[in-house]
Amino acid sequence: MIRSLTIAERQTGLFIAIILSVIGLTMAAAARQGPMAVHGTMALILGLFLAIALAGALDKPSPRADREQNYYDEPTRFGIVMTLIWAVIAMGVGVWVAALLYWPEATPPWPATSFGRLRPFHTTGVIFGFGGNALIATSFHVLQRTSRARLADSVSPWVVLIGFNLFCVWAVTGYLMGSTQSKEYAEAEWYADLWLVVIWVVYFALYMRTLARRKEPHIYVANWYYLAFILVVAMLHIVNNLALPVSFAGTKSFTIWAGVQDAMVQWWYGHNAVAFFLTAGFLGMLYYFLPVRSGRPIWSYRLSIVSFWGIVFFYIWVGSHHLHYTALPYWVQTLGMTFSVMLLVPSWASAGNAIATLNGAWHKVRDDATLRFMFVAAVFYGLSTFEGSFLAIRPVNSLSHYTDWTVGHVHSGTLGWVAMIVFGAIYTLVPQLSGREDMAWPRAVEWHFWLAVAGTFIYVVAMWNAGITQGLMWRTYDANGALSYSFLQSVQAMAPYYLLRAIGGVLFLSGAILCALNTRATLKGVRFGVGTADRPLVSQPAE
Amino acid sequence: MTGSRPHERDVDPVTGYETTGHDWNGIRELNTPFPRIVLWALALAFLYSVIAWILLPAWPIGRDFTRGLLGLDQGEMALAGYEKLEEARSDWMAAFADNPVADLAADPGLLARARPTAVRLFADNCAACHGTDGTGGPGFPNLTDRDWLWGGAPETIAETIRVGINSTDPDTRFAQMPAFGRDGMLSREDIVAVAKHVVALGHGQADPDSRGAAVFAENCVACHGEGGKGIPDNGAPTLISGHWIYGGDIQTVMTTLWNGRQGEMPTWQDRLSTAEINILALYVASLSENDGERDR
Repeated sequence: MIRSLTIAERQTGLFIAIILSVIGLTMAAAARQGPMAVHGTMALILGLFLAIALAGALDKPSPRADREQNYYDEPTRFGIVMTLIWAVIAMGVGVWVAALLYWPEATPPWPATSFGRLRPFHTTGVIFGFGGNALIATSFHVLQRTSRARLADSVSPWVVLIGFNLFCVWAVTGYLMGSTQSKEYAEAEWYADLWLVVIWVVYFALYMRTLARRKEPHIYVANWYYLAFILVVAMLHIVNNLALPVSFAGTKSFTIWAGVQDAMVQWWYGHNAVAFFLTAGFLGMLYYFLPVRSGRPIWSYRLSIVSFWGIVFFYIWVGSHHLHYTALPYWVQTLGMTFSVMLLVPSWASAGNAIATLNGAWHKVRDDATLRFMFVAAVFYGLSTFEGSFLAIRPVNSLSHYTDWTVGHVHSGTLGWVAMIVFGAIYTLVPQLSGREDMAWPRAVEWHFWLAVAGTFIYVVAMWNAGITQGLMWRTYDANGALSYSFLQSVQAMAPYYLLRAIGGVLFLSGAILCALNTRATLKGVRFGVGTADRPLVSQPAE
Repeated sequence: MTGSRPHERDVDPVTGYETTGHDWNGIRELNTPFPRIVLWALALAFLYSVIAWILLPAWPIGRDFTRGLLGLDQGEMALAGYEKLEEARSDWMAAFADNPVADLAADPGLLARARPTAVRLFADNCAACHGTDGTGGPGFPNLTDRDWLWGGAPETIAETIRVGINSTDPDTRFAQMPAFGRDGMLSREDIVAVAKHVVALGHGQADPDSRGAAVFAENCVACHGEGGKGIPDNGAPTLISGHWIYGGDIQTVMTTLWNGRQGEMPTWQDRLSTAEINILALYVASLSENDGERDR
């Protein structure tokens, strides 16, 4: 990666690495103990490692003069490798906690491995580590291709990727040490949150600067989705994480929000993390890789644009559906419910647009597991958005809320939609990055597809059954007006479903491991800038 | 956003639609007319929303909000729901609140109606310590045998549930096994001797002439009774039944003697109603009915 940087860029990188070291040293020295000191030390080690590597390369040869004639794909490659590392680790932890639910006696006697600390490790690891790296890596690829322009500079992509991964590592190791803000999907403490803000601003600036260099007159719809992802996640992250640290030399902070306002802000954040992190960004991915892989034009240009604005407009209202039948005022719940129902229309329009795009390419869907990943992703996107709107209706929610149905719903979205489109994108991108026609082990892609589909199906069906069973057991009364079941009975009734869930998770994880190994084999001996047609439009101005 | 650059007519052979003329590195888009069904779906979803907004509390206006034609209020609805359920139970539930426990025990029809509630209350509140079937576990007494710390009559059990044992309630039942070893009340040799004696008592093989028996007679009989038979209702267990709360092996008995024990049962009177406590007391009393004659 350093070889692709000019000497001046290496100097800039060295300067940033030294700043990172100083930040790390300051954190460690100020905190002295606890998670913040550990995290400061991590930053110090990372900063020193980067500084030494960059300083040692200052007298090495500069990159080839025609560097600017090519897209900058090394960051994408690094991001994909990180995506798969996080996938294996965080999905592995997911399988572990799923197994603990069936077999709680197996909890090791260390605080770090208790369910309460591993569970946010799993969610942060898959959402931010796996999903986030996949989004950043593919966004760099898509942005350059659809703009026909090289990334605006060569240092900030590395700042974004390395800084983002440092955030992820801080977050998950913090949970293992017991530090948490107790906000779902926003558990990382204040200094990690501040760090992410800096990284995110660099990401946004890089995206805008590259877009400004585009040689195409229009901004492709995928970029609209990626931009919405970057911009809205920044807004959500900042507002929900507003907090006062107990001390600037300590880990613990307290949110500035209180009571039901805190709950509302949290779920405004939480649901829009689903909307803009787990949906908008991945729709951007879908809108690029699906037409590329299928060789078909997007079925409807108008629908893609209207759906974008529909999704962006409706989603931001619906967070309150997480707080039905709570202290949140009824009117806020009604708004959340009705906007959730209206949201179904642009969601299904997007799924329909994706599936209709495959018209004329169904033979490819049949033969090509990579394209099948994308097709299944679009189908699960449609299914889980329908389910989401349905669950947001108050009376339905009174049955489903607090049950494993919610967990099933989330995983039909994350396994069926998010992970499938990521794998589809990876299997399209990795051969291209390696200058090859196909993955090193094409049959493993087929295996991965069926493992992923089977795992998702088993997981989701088990959790539907579990959730509906729980919901019904909690509300069944006998002829004498007495509750028919104790809570304990509803827990005992979950055992077979929890076992099935763990099995589904193992299948899905096996597929992800296969993907990681396949990618490793494919990326060996990678060469960049191989495609003669796959270049930015440098010399000639926009037509 | 129609194509701003001139382009050739480009018709997709599969769908027969023209493309928009945009081309992003090979990606094109069809100029498909906007699907009518999407507009209809949107209109339908909007209609649903408007109806909901008219009927339900929905939009904020200044410091107030639109109340909705149905005039629904979450808090009132929740309370009404509770009241309705309570009413459905009231014909038999009230009897448990209003009558002495001893009288209730004599009404098998009433007990049968309360049985499902009793089972649920036990599982929700008691099973975490005493086990789903009431057989207890290390540190938590078995409720299905005839050994009672504070008495097994339903009214006595109800009192135990109400005030707890070593609890925070001012009227709590109180019992403590002293830390004979840690507090230096007995020598190590005496503890070993009396521990052996206690283990033997549990097996019905105690030697009345042993050193342990002598130590026992001097230190233990005040609470555990002559020969460890127990004294009813004082909170100290019998030692001859072979049932143990903390364990009857020599190591556990030594631990008990050395560090003492002060088991705790919380008070339930702030969490359960009188009727619920009475239902539970009758249920718990019934658990040991199959275990021969109840020890009262």
